[in-house]
Amino acid sequence: MIVELGHFALVLALCLSLVQAVMPMLGYRTGRIDLMGMAMPAASGQFVFLALAFAALGWAFLQNDFSVAYVAANSNTELPWYYRLAAIWGAHEGSLLLWVTMLAGWSLAVAAFSRSLPTDVAACVLAVMGMVSVGFLLFTLGTSNPFERLFPAAAEGRDLNPLLQDPGLIIHPPLLYMGYVGFAVAFAFAITALITGQVDSAWTRWTRPWTTAAWSFLTIGITLGSWWAYNELGWGGWWFWDPVENASFMPWLVGTALIHSLAVTEKRGIFQSWTVLLAISAFALSLLGTFLVRSGVLVSVHAFATDPARGIYILLFFAIVVGGSLLLYAARAPKLARGDTPVKALSREGLLLLNNLFLVVSAAAVLLGTLYPLVADALGLGRISVGPPYFNTVFVPLTVPLVILCGFGGAMAWKRTRWQVLRDRLWLPALAATVAGVGLSWVTLGTGGVVATAGCMVGFWAIATAMEELWYRRRTSWSRGVLGMTMAHAGVGVMVIGITLVTAFGLDRDASLAVGESKTMAGYRFTFEGTEEQSGPNYVAQVGHVAISDGDGNAIATVHPEKRRYPTRGNVMTESGVHSNLFRDLYVSLGEPLQQGGWSLRLFYRPFVLWIWLGGLLMMLGGILATTDPRYRRLRQRERQRADSHAVAAGA
Amino acid sequence: MTPKRRRRLTLVGLLLLGIGGAVALMLTAFNENLMYFYQPSMVAAGEAPQGARFRIGGLVETGSVERADDGLLVQFTLADCDAAVPVRYRGILPDLFREGQGIVAYGQLDEQGVFAADEVLAKHDENYMSPEVEEALSKPDGQSCMPASMGASL
Repeated sequence: MIVELGHFALVLALCLSLVQAVMPMLGYRTGRIDLMGMAMPAASGQFVFLALAFAALGWAFLQNDFSVAYVAANSNTELPWYYRLAAIWGAHEGSLLLWVTMLAGWSLAVAAFSRSLPTDVAACVLAVMGMVSVGFLLFTLGTSNPFERLFPAAAEGRDLNPLLQDPGLIIHPPLLYMGYVGFAVAFAFAITALITGQVDSAWTRWTRPWTTAAWSFLTIGITLGSWWAYNELGWGGWWFWDPVENASFMPWLVGTALIHSLAVTEKRGIFQSWTVLLAISAFALSLLGTFLVRSGVLVSVHAFATDPARGIYILLFFAIVVGGSLLLYAARAPKLARGDTPVKALSREGLLLLNNLFLVVSAAAVLLGTLYPLVADALGLGRISVGPPYFNTVFVPLTVPLVILCGFGGAMAWKRTRWQVLRDRLWLPALAATVAGVGLSWVTLGTGGVVATAGCMVGFWAIATAMEELWYRRRTSWSRGVLGMTMAHAGVGVMVIGITLVTAFGLDRDASLAVGESKTMAGYRFTFEGTEEQSGPNYVAQVGHVAISDGDGNAIATVHPEKRRYPTRGNVMTESGVHSNLFRDLYVSLGEPLQQGGWSLRLFYRPFVLWIWLGGLLMMLGGILATTDPRYRRLRQRERQRADSHAVAAGA
Repeated sequence: MTPKRRRRLTLVGLLLLGIGGAVALMLTAFNENLMYFYQPSMVAAGEAPQGARFRIGGLVETGSVERADDGLLVQFTLADCDAAVPVRYRGILPDLFREGQGIVAYGQLDEQGVFAADEVLAKHDENYMSPEVEEALSKPDGQSCMPASMGASL
């Protein structure tokens, strides 16, 4: 019964999203305030019904209702309750439901926080979000209904994919989706700008906090995903250039370009049409990411053949969203540009232009490597895969200049900067970065190397210039915008240092060890003390005991890597055993059992790997700080007062 | 030509140079890192390149897995319907590697015609079969030569 109610709520949400998509737009065309006013109640209603549908699916999972096909395919009575809840978004149908529910949440937030928006702008924004929602709800109900019944009901569920049974899964996809869906707000604002023909500084100030918020979610989502893969896959790697990862990385790259380009549009009133185009692209890539990951197309394009309706719908929806927006863009964008103010090379807008260039080219390179195998497969050119070396060769030369440029961000003034100013402000950070970079890679870690030293220097440069920016502004109070920017830029530096050092100095060893035997790596001694069998709620595990000591024989820790067997699906999962601190991870995963209780083991030494995720965390915190900058709130209040006084004037 | 125009021309030239460089870099890297997929019978027929990395997929032949004493060096043969190729791998095999299982290996052929793998992938699910392997194991008439226990679902 509850399940049918959930299905029904989903249908009602579709009806309301149709109202939200059509009525306000109609109101805008005909100038009728009452129709425009329908946007907000429709958005609220849609959110309520989607939340109900979501809760109904959650209830089905908690109750182990295996008469629901989706529950039967992704849950099991022995699965702990929190993984049963997380299983809601463990596969295609449920993640679509999560997607639309979040979209409705963002729409509600826009409706609630944007009372200061002119009525017609608010109506257009909500209508565009309603259209996206219609597309997704139609897709969900038509091809991927999570509430579909299974007849006869299954006696037992097929369990959640064990790879996904990890605390990381509970939060990683929702955060990632918050980011993807958040770009729908930027997209809606961009389309509104094209419809109304206005990209003024007010528009950018409405758009900026939303975009930065979405970007922060996406940043932390990707960071957590990387951390999760590192801990869960047992390969000691933190980024694999896997299509699934690339799918989230492309919107991030374009979204990063967008938040920088928005800054230029706000402060200098230029780059309008470029900003709008970036907003459209960021959302298009988010859509692509959603579909790539969950539709099965990555496994093989032929997965579409097993369910052609899904494939055709996705292509059609994508074509309408992207094609429609670009058509609108082609027709309206020329009107957005107001004169061409020349951009000086030595100015902040010039710097940000370069930033955008590098980011967009990086995104294009990732797109090429990700989609080419799919295209080749579809065209019958053979089965090809593009390896990580491609991404590394292309990506590193594009990223290094980007991080160097990021160091100039604070010191470079709008319009025009003199060399002398840059020199006076930046010689000290440059010196500090050189000393710290050389010191860290040569002195601390001993063996140096040009690439490692250069990488550390670049990383420290980003950190040192961020510090200098705060010092330079010590007499004026730091706005949250400035704090956020410096924090995010320092985060980039921290991440670059982590990536450089883990790549340059990380060590891997495969060893087959009998009980009591040990292996030394990077000055650490790993002693295998045997395994024991333990049973978890829905699996049986071989738990290894590996004692780690330093060169002098002092014990550091005992880690417990596991090999889990999930009988329901017959999967085997590796859980790594990690001893972590700020400067290095010691990471052990179990390989295969050998004779007499011995095992083959994978040992990893991962210096500074934690810095990668710390950097991501700093970027997200910076984004949140910038989003909550009170100047946006003040702006809202000002706009509201103005709107009120207009209303009074009109009433009188 | 006015100095302003000359400056602009230099700028355009530099931009073109930069973009050209980036594109060249990208395409070279792209071409070098494309990895094609071959079936064991294609490798046996000599269609696979010598000295270039590629991927190979098929079934691990039953009874073919041999381990060296230290447990890390493994030899096995990878077969499709018509031919088998010997594969050598040093390291830890994935969790679901076993005889009769469909796997994909990355590496290159050595002079003796042995495929030296540096990475072996088996999927996480017992019932799952990579579509590439599935294709490798189907005969031209569409029948599959997979053992009955395999490939129950895709």
